[in-house]
Amino acid sequence: MSQPTIKEVLLNPIFNNNPIGLQILGICSALAVTSNLQTALVMSAALTLVTGFSNLFISMIRSQIPSSIRMIVQMVIIASLVIVVDQVLKAYAFSLSKQLSVFVGLIITNCIVMGRAEAFAMQNPPVLSFFDGIGNGLGYSAMLIALGIIRELFGAGKLMGYEVFSVVNDGGWYQPNGMLLLPPSAFFLIGLFIWAIRSWKKDQIEANAYKMAPQVSSKEAY
Amino acid sequence: MSSQKESTVRTLTVAVLVCLVCSVFVAGAAIALKPTQVENRLLDKQRSILAIAGLGEAGMSGAKVKELFDTTITAKLVDLESGTFSDAFDPVTFDPLKASKDPKTSEALKGSEDIAGIKRQERYTTVYMVEKDGELETLILPVRGYGLWSTLHGFIAVKGDLNTVVGMGFYQHGETPGLGGEVDNPKWKGQWPGKTLFDDNDKLAVQVVKGGVDPQSPNATHQVDGLAGATLTSVGVDNLLKFWLGQNGFGPFIANLRAGEA
Repeated sequence: MSQPTIKEVLLNPIFNNNPIGLQILGICSALAVTSNLQTALVMSAALTLVTGFSNLFISMIRSQIPSSIRMIVQMVIIASLVIVVDQVLKAYAFSLSKQLSVFVGLIITNCIVMGRAEAFAMQNPPVLSFFDGIGNGLGYSAMLIALGIIRELFGAGKLMGYEVFSVVNDGGWYQPNGMLLLPPSAFFLIGLFIWAIRSWKKDQIEANAYKMAPQVSSKEAY
Repeated sequence: MSSQKESTVRTLTVAVLVCLVCSVFVAGAAIALKPTQVENRLLDKQRSILAIAGLGEAGMSGAKVKELFDTTITAKLVDLESGTFSDAFDPVTFDPLKASKDPKTSEALKGSEDIAGIKRQERYTTVYMVEKDGELETLILPVRGYGLWSTLHGFIAVKGDLNTVVGMGFYQHGETPGLGGEVDNPKWKGQWPGKTLFDDNDKLAVQVVKGGVDPQSPNATHQVDGLAGATLTSVGVDNLLKFWLGQNGFGPFIANLRAGEA
């Protein structure tokens, strides 16, 4: 395999290899923090930074890590970065960090971070790994921001807390769709996004893992 | 190289070094950011006190919160046992939570008394008052208790009649977001204003009920809907109110205030 370039690792994850869209990783937090755009943005920034720097540090010491404890070493590095991000948020964006509550801490278990560390940073040089982490973070961010915009705009008639559609409750015309504020709605939206991306980029469609056998008798259905 | 890399000594060295570097990093960040965090937490507490007392508007700037708090609200120290004001400590700097952990200023609660699940109770605590022309307008009492995962820390504000609720809310908890975390939901908190704590015989009657409040019931004025999908958090809120407003909590203090003897 030829060495990927910085541009490739940075931009590919956004549409061609989106961590949520194609790899289907990091869904939990994508459901939880996207009910408004502001938390989605903060979460995106936090995850992008953590993925970038964890890739950088892990790649820097990759030749020193004994393979028997490599996972736990990766976890220690990721966990430290997440704690620092959490502390910074608590110091400078207290109300946001209260809204994000456990989800910042849960970046530790976000599969994207661990997945990139194991799949990319362990085999590639630091700078390239750093950009791979940032790229994947951006892929995650793109999805989160899209979800955040749709959910906040149509669920509450607002963007970043500012009113865009005047809602019926305040005497306006827009009847907000309350379901969009609930986490399951993000499932449907992510599904629709995956559908859209795959109809645009046909090579992302996976081959069927199995083929359903035809029914041999009408009784079988009972 | 590979055999050397996998040796036990090597593995241990790498593990210890990584842990050491990471712990220095984390500890450094935590200590450097502590003062800002403490300030934020204080501001957040003041903001929630103001919100629960129905003062100011949501989204005020930090400086405005501070100013409004300093001009309208007075902190006072209360001796919980005798139910009287006390000047054993400075109410502004006194930290009831810290005091509840110190054996000198607190006592352990017996299992049957400890309905709020707080284990130790401080002897003194800080209450907040809004006074207008020398009359008590709003009394804000700190409450806390165990929900499902965490201790909920909050306040309940009552009018000068010491019966009608002005507001109730929590400024710190770790309940499940979306279920127990709905204690922060403005809609749920909106049920509290106007409820009354005590019945006609001055017995504590406030209650969080499972399911919905029956508006026909004579007790409806004391009752608040429980949270759907969060039975244990609702029970926790119910218990912590019963505890803090009862005989072991602010009961004696409220009785004294009513009699004008606090």
